[in-house]
Amino acid sequence: MPKHHPSEEILMAYAAGSLPEALSLVVASHLTLCPACRAEVEAYEALGGSLMDALDPASLDESAFSSIMAEIDMLDSETEESAPWGGAMPLPRKPDMEDPSLPRPLRDYLQVDLTALQWRKVMRGVEDTEIELGPDGAKTRLMRIQPGVAVPKHTHHGQEVTLVLEGGYSDADGHYERGDVQIADPSVDHQPVADVGEPCICLVVSDAPMKMTGTFGRLLNPFVTY
Amino acid sequence: MAAMPKVSNGKADPGYLADLLVSVGRDRDRIAFAELFSYFGPRVKAYLMRQGAGEAQAEELVQEAMIMVWRRAESFDMSKSGASTWIFTIARNKRIDALRREKRPEYDPDDPALVPAAAEDADSLVEAAQQSERLSVAMKSLSSEQAELIRMAYFEDKAHGAIAEETELPLGTVKSRLRLALGHLRKALKEYQ
Ligand SMILES: [Zn+2]
Repeated sequence: MPKHHPSEEILMAYAAGSLPEALSLVVASHLTLCPACRAEVEAYEALGGSLMDALDPASLDESAFSSIMAEIDMLDSETEESAPWGGAMPLPRKPDMEDPSLPRPLRDYLQVDLTALQWRKVMRGVEDTEIELGPDGAKTRLMRIQPGVAVPKHTHHGQEVTLVLEGGYSDADGHYERGDVQIADPSVDHQPVADVGEPCICLVVSDAPMKMTGTFGRLLNPFVTY
Repeated sequence: MAAMPKVSNGKADPGYLADLLVSVGRDRDRIAFAELFSYFGPRVKAYLMRQGAGEAQAEELVQEAMIMVWRRAESFDMSKSGASTWIFTIARNKRIDALRREKRPEYDPDDPALVPAAAEDADSLVEAAQQSERLSVAMKSLSSEQAELIRMAYFEDKAHGAIAEETELPLGTVKSRLRLALGHLRKALKEYQ
């Protein structure tokens, strides 16, 4: 089980639906590997349900119900392909990919197995490959760090969120393994060193310094707590 | 056939709402669906408008969400969540799709990579139905001001600074009141877990 989790504020924002897509990908991948956070998110969704319950009801158009029933009559007369749960723009799923070790939310974005990914060299012992997100997506990529390699301090000053997928690394804050999430504060000088043994593969979301939205900055600031 | 039901727009018993949803899923029960609609339709609309949808868009999204409720009702499991929670997540996903135009990555319970919960966590599921009740009791014990702060933080995605401005409270006060209110709710949830 992972030892390092997203903050409660991030989990609540994910449940509320206000977390940006890139961070939602980190959270959904972490949830695959972390039953404790799944329970947390369920609890925050229940909070959303009771908050919605407690809102003053807004009056609906009188024809609303009959148009729904008309639509339902139409749907029931067809045998439609069932839409994915919740209906938010689905990604085509590839159930036949060979490597089952990647959390499914991530596999849906990559569309290929880890072994088939095209890596780009960043520096000796460090490679990355970008993941395409929507237009406002923060920079999101997988990084592969060879055993024992130290990644130098980053040149940009944005926030960074890391989820370990394979292998592990250590820095001044601790040791991170599969499923662990680290939210790095740019003011802290952290230099991760990959564990010896196998390469470390991580999902990394970084915030471009000038693109920092209120939400993103707020959520990533480890000192902001309720 | 499509007559509006008589059901109250006011309070509803979580167990009763869950039963309605089960009837819709199991029997395609249209009377039960009409009751669900009269309770949740106006609330889903209020939620969407609170999140920035205009009148017409909210109306349209309510219809889409309720049609989704009809189509997905079979997958509702009352041992896992309450009806309000389940319908909230559908409305939330509709909102992300329509208002934010983003995808929402979600974990897949059938993913071979999924790490299952330890066995002793399983009994928490049995009590899931109680969760809504516990929460609404906890919500009612908050002051109206605390409840409003929570709604702002949860539904409007307001940074604490923006909440402070709007409520004309000092930032530190907003933070400490939110922390208290959330702590109170979390306690109700943790007891259940
Ligand atoms: Zn976790």
